[in-house]
Amino acid sequence: MGISSKKPPLPSDDKRWRIVNGTMRRHGFARDALIETLHTVQESFGYLEKPALKFVAESLRVPLSQAYGVATFYHYFTLKPPGRHTCLVCLGTACYIKGANQLLAAAEDSLSIKAGETTMDGNVALVSARCIGSCSMAPALIFDGEAIGNMSESELRKRLNRWKD
Amino acid sequence: MTAEELEQIAKETRLRREETPRELNVCVAAGCLSLHSDAIKTALENEVQRTSARCRVRGTGCMGLCSLGPLVSSEPGGILLKGVSDGDAGEIVANLEQAGPERLRCSREQPFFQSQTNIVLENSGKVDPEKIDEYVAAGGYQALLQCLTEKTPAEIVQEVSKSGLRGRGGAGYPTGLKWGTVAKTGGATKYVICNADEGDPGAFMDRSVLESDPHRVLEGMIIAAYAVGATRGYVYVRAEYPLAIKRLVIAIREARKLGFLGTQICNTKFSFDLEIRIGGGAFVCGEETALIASIEGRRGTPRPRPPFPAQSGLWEKPTLINNVETYANIPTILRRGGEWYARLGSKKSKGTKVFALSGKVKNVGLIEVPMGITLREIVFEIGGGVPEGHTFKAVQTGGPSGGCIPEQFLDLPVDYESLKEVGSIMGSGGMIVMDDSACMVNVAQYFMEFCMAESCGKCIPCRAGTAQMFELLTRMTKGTAIPRDLELLEELCDMVSSTSLCGLGQSAPNPVLSTLRYFREEYTEHIIQKRCRAGVCECGNSAEVTA
Repeated sequence: MGISSKKPPLPSDDKRWRIVNGTMRRHGFARDALIETLHTVQESFGYLEKPALKFVAESLRVPLSQAYGVATFYHYFTLKPPGRHTCLVCLGTACYIKGANQLLAAAEDSLSIKAGETTMDGNVALVSARCIGSCSMAPALIFDGEAIGNMSESELRKRLNRWKD
Repeated sequence: MTAEELEQIAKETRLRREETPRELNVCVAAGCLSLHSDAIKTALENEVQRTSARCRVRGTGCMGLCSLGPLVSSEPGGILLKGVSDGDAGEIVANLEQAGPERLRCSREQPFFQSQTNIVLENSGKVDPEKIDEYVAAGGYQALLQCLTEKTPAEIVQEVSKSGLRGRGGAGYPTGLKWGTVAKTGGATKYVICNADEGDPGAFMDRSVLESDPHRVLEGMIIAAYAVGATRGYVYVRAEYPLAIKRLVIAIREARKLGFLGTQICNTKFSFDLEIRIGGGAFVCGEETALIASIEGRRGTPRPRPPFPAQSGLWEKPTLINNVETYANIPTILRRGGEWYARLGSKKSKGTKVFALSGKVKNVGLIEVPMGITLREIVFEIGGGVPEGHTFKAVQTGGPSGGCIPEQFLDLPVDYESLKEVGSIMGSGGMIVMDDSACMVNVAQYFMEFCMAESCGKCIPCRAGTAQMFELLTRMTKGTAIPRDLELLEELCDMVSSTSLCGLGQSAPNPVLSTLRYFREEYTEHIIQKRCRAGVCECGNSAEVTA
């Protein structure tokens, strides 16, 4: 780690920072590794926290504004902590044609939040996606990483209620 | 790797399979997997072990008819079982001789399968995507070996030109011409990029190819690299496709192990390696200059062309960018010859095209058809038509850059030119069928919202224009529009399409223009009578509509 004297120290002794650092090292701390590194941060921490952006920007010698710009440009990155559960409603064309909008409205109603928000208690995050490529089982949703197709409004409410307990 | 060694791997794999000729292939691509086909595979494996049945259980890629999944195919005979659950395992294994119980049978004699011609999907559902040996046994990497040892790069470019293959990402630029330009551009460092950032809503072809037969794409890329003189490559794939990424990682590792990637490939002087770059969910990154910016770690904003990536692309070096499906065609073209490929398809659009057929149609799934087939054949024969009680209204192709094609053009042959003539585009292959329950103004609004959200914001016509058009369309669907709004909308369509920087903005008005062209009366109904005939929009007198 001799040449790393110019690099910032790991923000804490949380093991996950070493994983993040590992991604950067694998790319020789090259500036073009910014997106790859942010992917690792989000995988490890669940979202892009400000100290993480700062650490990555300094390590890769890119302006913080650029790191922030990239983090906010791509939809996949989130700057907010995720909920304990995530309900993702696909709004791709095939799902849309089969009533995904009504499903989203039902989810918003059931959770009393809008798409893109997390319930006050941090329990459920409601997100929408452009297309998850599961058009063959439209309308499709993803509950905590598990894609479920041919969704009905009642089934959706039932699943969300299960998370509420 | 020599030809003999390759043949040896193929032979051993085939022998291994012949030892236990009976096979149950479970589809473990995303569609069936989300219906828990992995549990079915485990249940079948356990059942085979428990009963000591002479049968192998394999996980394979997509079998096409996703709406009837989870699918299992039984070999020999290729008998297809539909809607299988893990509880069926006992019955299937007990009835191996009859290839499983009658009640689960799904006929392959139906038009869905019979009307297809499989090149890109030839191994899909037949090989285990996580085993390179199976791809080799199916004739894989033969084309690469032959190219490296027997053909010059110029001969390969010529063969691809002869095939008439055109870019499958949507624009349809002749692939041979593109390769030729990169090959002719000087420079010691060149790059090959595979665009797997399938961002069109309603499209899942690339994902399925990567999940079902990743080596085909790698082989195509390696051949391309040799033909244009590139030493390094990138596959730019969506973060939303974790399974495709996982299988690509495995495929790259196995290809390296057998020496198809790395230095001195197949004992020649040619060296090439590639890595995966994961996208961030930005539709604009499907545009080649934006994709390049993203690989360089920046915001994915496009830049004006020229210079084209073929001259100055990734890190300002000559760069070849093709779509997943384009590369997937390459091994077959070189194995069977450009002339053979050119015999398929229509006059100006050769070969086959993979479509993701979805929406209001009975058979939803992945299909590969020869170019020149009619839309009617796709929707009504392969797709089985719209569900009962409804009538066909339009078929949407090309995603947010395409348009809605009405009934009167259903006999149109599907190729790049004819789709463009009727106001749509070939696009990457999403094909969404709409019936009378769809409101065309609402559909136009849906796509405009998409383009507005996905506009990168670099050029004003697209950034501001899409927002204004969305606002106008919203007024129409809400019932607050005035007749002048329609004029304004048409003016804006013209302005945005002719002044935007990249394809996203230039094509953003297409969904509006095509619905205006064929369903203008729906617009005037929304504006004048405040009425939505499909009952989708809340634009006023909805009572008479829902009655």
